[in-house]
Amino acid sequence: MTQELIRATIETLEMVTVSSLFSVLLGLPLGVLLVLSRPQGLRPRPALYRALDAIINVFRSLPFLVLMIMVFPLSRLITGRATGTTATIVPLAVAAIPFVARIMEQSLLEVDGGVLEAGLASGAKISQLVWTVLIPEALPALVNGVTITVINIIGNSAMAGAIGGGGLGDLAVRYGLYRREPVMLYTSVAVIIVLVQLVQWLGGYLERRLRRDGKVTASA
Amino acid sequence: MRLLTVKNLRKTFAQEKEAIHAVNGVSFHVDKGEIYGLIGLSGAGKSTLVRCLNLLERPDSGEIWFDGIDLTKQNEAVVREKRREMGMIFQHFNLFMRKTVEDNVAYPLRIAGRDRSESKKRAHELIDYIGLSKYARAYPAELSGGQKQRVAIARALALNPKLLLSDEATSALDPVNTELVLSMLRQVVKDFGIGIVLITHQMEVAKALCGRVAVMESGLIIEENNVETLFLSPKHAATRRLIRGVEDVFPLKHGETIVKGNIYRLGFRRESVRRPLISHISREYNVDINILAGDINVLQTGDVGYLVVSFEDIGDEEGALKALRENGVELVPLTAEDAVNHL
Repeated sequence: MTQELIRATIETLEMVTVSSLFSVLLGLPLGVLLVLSRPQGLRPRPALYRALDAIINVFRSLPFLVLMIMVFPLSRLITGRATGTTATIVPLAVAAIPFVARIMEQSLLEVDGGVLEAGLASGAKISQLVWTVLIPEALPALVNGVTITVINIIGNSAMAGAIGGGGLGDLAVRYGLYRREPVMLYTSVAVIIVLVQLVQWLGGYLERRLRRDGKVTASA
Repeated sequence: MRLLTVKNLRKTFAQEKEAIHAVNGVSFHVDKGEIYGLIGLSGAGKSTLVRCLNLLERPDSGEIWFDGIDLTKQNEAVVREKRREMGMIFQHFNLFMRKTVEDNVAYPLRIAGRDRSESKKRAHELIDYIGLSKYARAYPAELSGGQKQRVAIARALALNPKLLLSDEATSALDPVNTELVLSMLRQVVKDFGIGIVLITHQMEVAKALCGRVAVMESGLIIEENNVETLFLSPKHAATRRLIRGVEDVFPLKHGETIVKGNIYRLGFRRESVRRPLISHISREYNVDINILAGDINVLQTGDVGYLVVSFEDIGDEEGALKALRENGVELVPLTAEDAVNHL
C-alpha cells in the first residue's frame, strides 16, 4: 500500500512538473505577445491581439474534464496513448497554457511604462527590451503567476486521475470510490494538500525575496 | 556648433471625439554647450515634443535634424543608433528597479554590445562622477529621489551622447535635491561638452540653467528669447504667468479695482537695477508712481528686476515713460485685468 502511494505521488509529480514546464514555456511567450500586440502596446497589432484574446477566452471557458476528452487525439499523436500518466501531461499543459498566458500578461502589464521607455531611449530593440527589462522587472509577479499555475495543475491532475491519468487522484478514486477504503482516500488527499502547501510556500518565499527590490542576490 | 534643428514639427493624437494637436508646428535649434529650455504649463505639449525628438513618439510631420540626418526619415535601426547619441532623463527617474545602480548605468553599454568588463569600468567612472560610488551595488529602492536622478543622469551619459533630453527632471524633487541635480546638469554641459533640451514647468529651473528659453502653449512656441530678455520684457500673458511663479505674489485680489491710472510692467537690466530711477522720475516729471509688485531675479547672465507700477495723478506721464526707456527700462503696458489675472 505504501508502495502504491509512493508510485502515485511520483506520477503526480511527473505530470505536474512536466506540464507546468511546458505551459510556462509556451504561455510566457504568449503573454509577452499579448502585451506587445495590444492596442497600447509597444508593437500594436490589434487584429492579432483580438484573435489571441478570443482564443484564450474560449480555451479558458472549457471545463478541464471536457477539454481532456477533446485533447485525447492530440495526446495519442504525441505520446502514442490517450490515457496514462505521460499521456495526461498533454491535456494538463493544453489547459494551463491559456491560463498562464493570461496571468503572465497581467504580470507584465505591472511593469511601469516609463521604465520601458527608458530602455528604448537607451537604444534597446524590442526583443532586447523584453529580455532585459520587461521580464526581469516583472519577475516577482511572474513567479507568483507560476505558483498559482502549478497549484491549478495539481488540482487538474487529480481530476485527470479519474479518467485514467494515474497519480494521486486515480488512487483516491480507486480506493475511495470503488473499494471504499477511506484510509487510502484520505492519505492521498493529505499528500495532495501537502504538495499544494509546499508549492505555495516555496513560490511565496521566492516572490518575497524578489520583491525586496534590493537585497536580491539572484538577479543578473 | 549646431546639434539639433527641429522644423515645423507636428503630432496629433486622435481622441474619441476630437483630435488633440499636442505639437502644432514647432521649430527651434540647439547648439553644443547650450541648455535650451522649453517651458510651459502642463498640457502645453512639451513632453510630447521632447518624446518626438528621440522618436519615442513618431511625429506626424516636420523634420528633426540631428547628426547630419533627418531622424523622421530614418528606419528603426538608424533611429536606435541615433538614440545612443541622445541621453534622456525623466521626471520619475525610470530606473530599472531590479538592477543595481551599476547595472542601471551599464545598461545602455550592454545593449549596445559592449563587453561586460568595459561596461562595468565605464559605469564605475560615471558613478564616481555623480558621487555615488558607495551605492554602486545598491538597488534604486535604497536611494533618495535626488540620488536616483543622479543615477539616471549617469545612465543617460553612459554612451557619451551629444545631446541630453531632460523631461521635467526636477519636478519630483525637493528644493535641495533640485538644486543638486541642476548644478550637476550645469557641470555635465561643461565637462562633456554636450547640449541639453530641458523641459520644465518651473521658471526657476529655466532661470537657473538656461541660455535661451522657449515658452510653449497649446502645442506652439509662443515666445522664444534669451532668459534675460524674457524676464525683462515678457510679451505673452502665459510667459508672465510662468515668471510670476518666481516673483512675489501680486498684492491685488481678483476683482478688486483699486488701481487707478495706467499700469506698466517695468523690466530693469543689470545696469539700471540698482539705481533709484523711480523716485528720480517721480520728482522730475511730477508723477505719482504706485508700486504694485516687484522683484529681482538672479539669472545665469546677470540680475534683472521688474516692477509693476501704476501712474496716478498724472503730471507728464509721456515724459516719464520716455525717460524710463532712455534709461534702458523695458516697458510692457498691462490692463488692470492683465495685472490681476496674469501677474
